[in-house]
Amino acid sequence: MTALHADMAPVPYRVVRRRDETADTAEIVLEPVSSALPPCRPGQFAMVYAFGVGDIPLSLSGIDGHRLTHTVRAVGAVSRALYGLRPGATVGVRGPFGTGWDLDTATGRDLVIVAGGLGLAPLRPLVAAALGAPPSFGRLTVLIGTRTPGDLLCTRDIDAWRANGADVHITVDRPDTDWTGDVGVVTTLLDRAEFVPGNAAAFLCGPEVMIRATAREFAHRGLAPDRIRVSLERTMHCGTGHCGHCQLGPLLLCRDGPVVAWTRAEPLLPVREL
Amino acid sequence: MTAKGPGFLGDLPPGHRERLLTVAREVSFPAGMRIFEEGGVADRFWILRSGRVALDTHEPGRGAMVVETLGEGDLLGWSWLFEPYRWHLGAQTRDAVAAYEFDADQIRSAIDEDPAFGLAVTRCVAAVAIGRRLRAARTRLLDMYAPPGTARQARSGGAAP
Amino acid sequence: MTGNGATAVIGKDGLDALIRALAAGGRTVIGPTVRDGAIVLTEIAGGDELPYGWGVELEAGHYRLRRRADGAAFAHSAGPQSWKTYLHPQRERQWTADRGADGALVVTEEDAPVPSYAFLGMRPCDLRAIAVQDRVLAGGPHTDSRYRARRERAFLVAVECTEPGATCFCTSMGAGPAVDGGYDLALTEVVDDGGHRFWARAGSEEGAAVLAQLPRRPADPATESTARQRVAGAADRMGRTMPEVDLQLLMRETLEAERWNDVASRCLTCGNCTMACPTCFCTSAEDVTDLTGDHAERWRRWESCFDLEFSHLPDGPVRATGRSRYRQWATHKLGTWYDQFGSSGCVGCGRCIVWCPVGIDITEEAHALNQERAATGGVGVPPREASS
Repeated sequence: MTALHADMAPVPYRVVRRRDETADTAEIVLEPVSSALPPCRPGQFAMVYAFGVGDIPLSLSGIDGHRLTHTVRAVGAVSRALYGLRPGATVGVRGPFGTGWDLDTATGRDLVIVAGGLGLAPLRPLVAAALGAPPSFGRLTVLIGTRTPGDLLCTRDIDAWRANGADVHITVDRPDTDWTGDVGVVTTLLDRAEFVPGNAAAFLCGPEVMIRATAREFAHRGLAPDRIRVSLERTMHCGTGHCGHCQLGPLLLCRDGPVVAWTRAEPLLPVREL
Repeated sequence: MTAKGPGFLGDLPPGHRERLLTVAREVSFPAGMRIFEEGGVADRFWILRSGRVALDTHEPGRGAMVVETLGEGDLLGWSWLFEPYRWHLGAQTRDAVAAYEFDADQIRSAIDEDPAFGLAVTRCVAAVAIGRRLRAARTRLLDMYAPPGTARQARSGGAAP
Repeated sequence: MTGNGATAVIGKDGLDALIRALAAGGRTVIGPTVRDGAIVLTEIAGGDELPYGWGVELEAGHYRLRRRADGAAFAHSAGPQSWKTYLHPQRERQWTADRGADGALVVTEEDAPVPSYAFLGMRPCDLRAIAVQDRVLAGGPHTDSRYRARRERAFLVAVECTEPGATCFCTSMGAGPAVDGGYDLALTEVVDDGGHRFWARAGSEEGAAVLAQLPRRPADPATESTARQRVAGAADRMGRTMPEVDLQLLMRETLEAERWNDVASRCLTCGNCTMACPTCFCTSAEDVTDLTGDHAERWRRWESCFDLEFSHLPDGPVRATGRSRYRQWATHKLGTWYDQFGSSGCVGCGRCIVWCPVGIDITEEAHALNQERAATGGVGVPPREASS
């Protein structure tokens, strides 16, 4: 089994924990059955294979040594199969693939992390990494927008983030009767974030409409576009740069992404159906 | 050029209206033409005389999503008035459109040079184009025509912290 | 691979001996032959299967064989297939997975031996196409190991182009008609009063060794200079040209051009161009299980960016319109390929023009985009990508 190339053929991993995050989203924690993938960095993704159904790219929502966490929303055949797995089940994993958030490029700066919906999942290990090395960074702000209060991910983590010094703000599009927090889109939270634009780095993940609006707002407020990093999504079949599905103009997102600097993304995202 | 009727021009005091119209160009666009794109430089704006224009955005996999449509008398474009002078949405004609077109640089200079004119135009943009549309968008967020029971979340609202 | 100095002149008997020598060496020899009204690539056993005396008549959406009086074997240009059929096959199993009684998963990479091919009669444009696919499939951070295995074991016999078709434009793409390395043996066909012969050069040690086994005579200046003249003459007889501008920049600056609507109104989005193209590499993953449900296989098969499913996201396709799908194909081929893989994705073979059922011509589209860009003075052009 150690002879396998983890980039072409999947390596067996066992589901060691699974819990519901929202009505249609679960977190699954995987451990290698024997050999493990090479080390994974926050922002990267793995191709996770449900036996006989297929594999899909899933960002890493937690990295703990060889233990990998994925947050999967049941929207297609493979994701439904993965969502339905119970502890003890075996999956195949290929990777890790793609670019990471590259937190070390932001050393000494204020960090502003902005998540829309499921976009919080790939940002979770970034928050963990930033909090794990507090003297290296300035203020850490996490801005989270979700559709409804019930769609909020990482609810167990948020208190811990706050306790460790992160400034976390949450807003929802559609409140319920119990919601007493902010209502509105995530860009409206930018005014709450304390950061020095000339010495800050921003990390964004969510729907492209939200990424475009937020990144432009950051740029308008004086953040250098190359210090705004965004995570983008396109169809992926191989993860290795060979299948062509994940093209976004000049980018192969499995190789040049999913995390790209706004300087790269800005001219591409306005082009419809690129 | 005559200046009358409702909409943006009707809300502008007559003297300022005439001044604005002296620098207007009459333009027409065929149906289905894209007038500007999200993220592009907001270097012009229009007051529609006839026809309709759809404001849209797009999301990969969902395609273009129309946010609202504008018609006769409406101001098309306000991003030219505020930095960073970039369009927030795209615009496409739904049918043949006739409009007054204005050069944003020219109007911005006039606003700077003539505070009275500047205040009138800025007020009109704020009240008519932005305020009226914001109220309408908020009402639309409430999803008033949703089948009974499905829109409770939106209606119940939440207190500010 | 060039310049080890071994040159010779061989005749038709030498070509026949070449095929037999390569087959005797355990190689599967693939070459052109006439079948079903076209010059196709297939396994050949002897020189008599080569298309002696056949030429082709090409136009947009048009392909006809025609007889040639000179009896030449390689006076035809690209046919419906390319060599990628062999190096990057249409469908291939990548790995299998078996689920044991205890739920354990055992994954086995495909290990069926790959054939050792000898390709005879590769045009310089096709040789370039292989170099392009090498960078895509074996030149990045990840390697398609089975592609690389086939590629490393392949013996390449190029034949320089002396008879370009009406749809050819390799000169515009810098891919022909002369060979520029990358071969084991290169031949140039000469038919004149001096006889029917081939000027042969070895491009590798193995090529030199094979050449040494063939009935041959020393290369004479007359044959060599005639061969060079024929190839140089071919460069002047290309049926098509690309606009002489930076095509990468042209594609980047015309993403919103009106011309895409025009071509979309003609394009059937059938994907023929992508199948015929010698560099198009896109594939989809396909997962199958047997009836027991405990044995699963991963296959990858050719896929076309013209397929609506190609860009599918949970909510729907990113490229929903024919306009954006043709634009993706053309801008990738001529423009963003440079960004992704450091070269053009087009070699000027003209197959996409010939095999388009409605005769869409990528050179004509590029000229139209160039004219539209000039006419609009760059107005409405999206900002250039800052980092490249």
